[in-house]
Amino acid sequence: MNAWRALFALLVFPGLLYALPMGWFMLGAGRKLTARFQGRIGPPLSQPFYDVVKLLAKQPVARVPAEKWLLTSLPLLAVGAVLGALALLPVFSSETGFVGDLVLLVGLLELPPLCMILAGYASRSIYGEVGATREAALSIASNVPYLAALVAMAAAAGSLHLSQIAVATPWMVRLPALLTILLCLPVKLRTNPFSLSNAEQEILAGPLTEFDGRQLALWELAHGLEWVALTGFVATLAVPLRSSHLFFDFLGFVLISLVLVLLLNLLAAATARFKLWQATRLLWRWASLLAAVALAVAFYLRHGGY
Amino acid sequence: MSAPGKGILFRLVERARRRSAWLFHFNAGACNGCDIELITCLTPRYDVEQLGIKLEGSPRQADVLCVSGPVTRATREALETIYGQIPYPKVVVAIGSCPATCNVFAGSPMIEGPLDRIIPVDVYIPGCPPRPHQIIQGIAQAIERLAEYRATPAGGER
Repeated sequence: MNAWRALFALLVFPGLLYALPMGWFMLGAGRKLTARFQGRIGPPLSQPFYDVVKLLAKQPVARVPAEKWLLTSLPLLAVGAVLGALALLPVFSSETGFVGDLVLLVGLLELPPLCMILAGYASRSIYGEVGATREAALSIASNVPYLAALVAMAAAAGSLHLSQIAVATPWMVRLPALLTILLCLPVKLRTNPFSLSNAEQEILAGPLTEFDGRQLALWELAHGLEWVALTGFVATLAVPLRSSHLFFDFLGFVLISLVLVLLLNLLAAATARFKLWQATRLLWRWASLLAAVALAVAFYLRHGGY
Repeated sequence: MSAPGKGILFRLVERARRRSAWLFHFNAGACNGCDIELITCLTPRYDVEQLGIKLEGSPRQADVLCVSGPVTRATREALETIYGQIPYPKVVVAIGSCPATCNVFAGSPMIEGPLDRIIPVDVYIPGCPPRPHQIIQGIAQAIERLAEYRATPAGGER
């Protein structure tokens, strides 16, 4: 991947120019779909865009310089990390990536939750701390099976190249691994039934309770980009073949992402919020079991010849 | 409404403020009647989320402060704190007769209201309790004031 190509991926597709409107669209579609599922009409699709504009135009609250610096840099870091992760997604067949881009991508995708945990504690609000604690507990519970599933896919494909893993993983491994990742997806996006860390009517806005105006707008941006990145990540891992035509690759990527958005919102509208112990038990039991199956099959396929 | 000669950014912000008002609901000793009517506005029957309105848990993220109740002694300090925590531009809506006039509680030694003795009020919604239609109308008027907000050099106050 040369420098121009990397810049294109970061700023145009699947980076900023694509992901920003797409993120707003996904958030807007989420609110609209939830409203329709509940028998309401719901806000227009442009709602997240207007929310961000309004938040940017709010007057900032006076803060101590150190606090201001910290509370601005954390959401900025989250936005930057997700953009970096987006740029690494191998949407087109011609993108070969580099060795270990999977590791970098997973690391970058893990930064926003980490920033949110830090933000919750840094804001020194009780609600922020409770939200950060929940986020941390869920993050550990979901990351063990999630990473195990990715390790299984990488081991089965015999590669740390994202593009090769996407193409070469056999279905016996891919299916349980994908199911694990799908189970972890609502946890990572903090939607119902795993919306514990930002549980409104319970702990106010969770880790973001103290954030106002511009900083909150940055978090909203990060959240929209996270939707694009995580659904896009699953979309690239789920499809084992790339057409030679750029347009069809693009179309498949977008369509699978949008179907995932629909399913996640259906799940969110249909379920109530778990308690922390219920959510962690579900993840440790069932997601770990699925991940263990994926790992076992992957290592059997690899060393089964003995 | 937007006067001629305003920049596109200016008009965009006005539009955004009209379309995305986040409410913070404060119960200053209300009997719960007005609170129930306010929550009714969010149900499928009235569905104020069509207008981009939603209830926010944190005052830091709110634009509109909805107060119900005659402001009792116990809630006054919390009310002042919450009002201070909402960043500008902000508007205050008094829901029901209690924050406007103290209603049947007027004259009680436990009451510090009416609300406009403590914080500036933009819109009064009369009624005991007001109907959801009236609440939506009142909030729409408040949003209009929110959109027309101009920052002054002194910082903050209208």
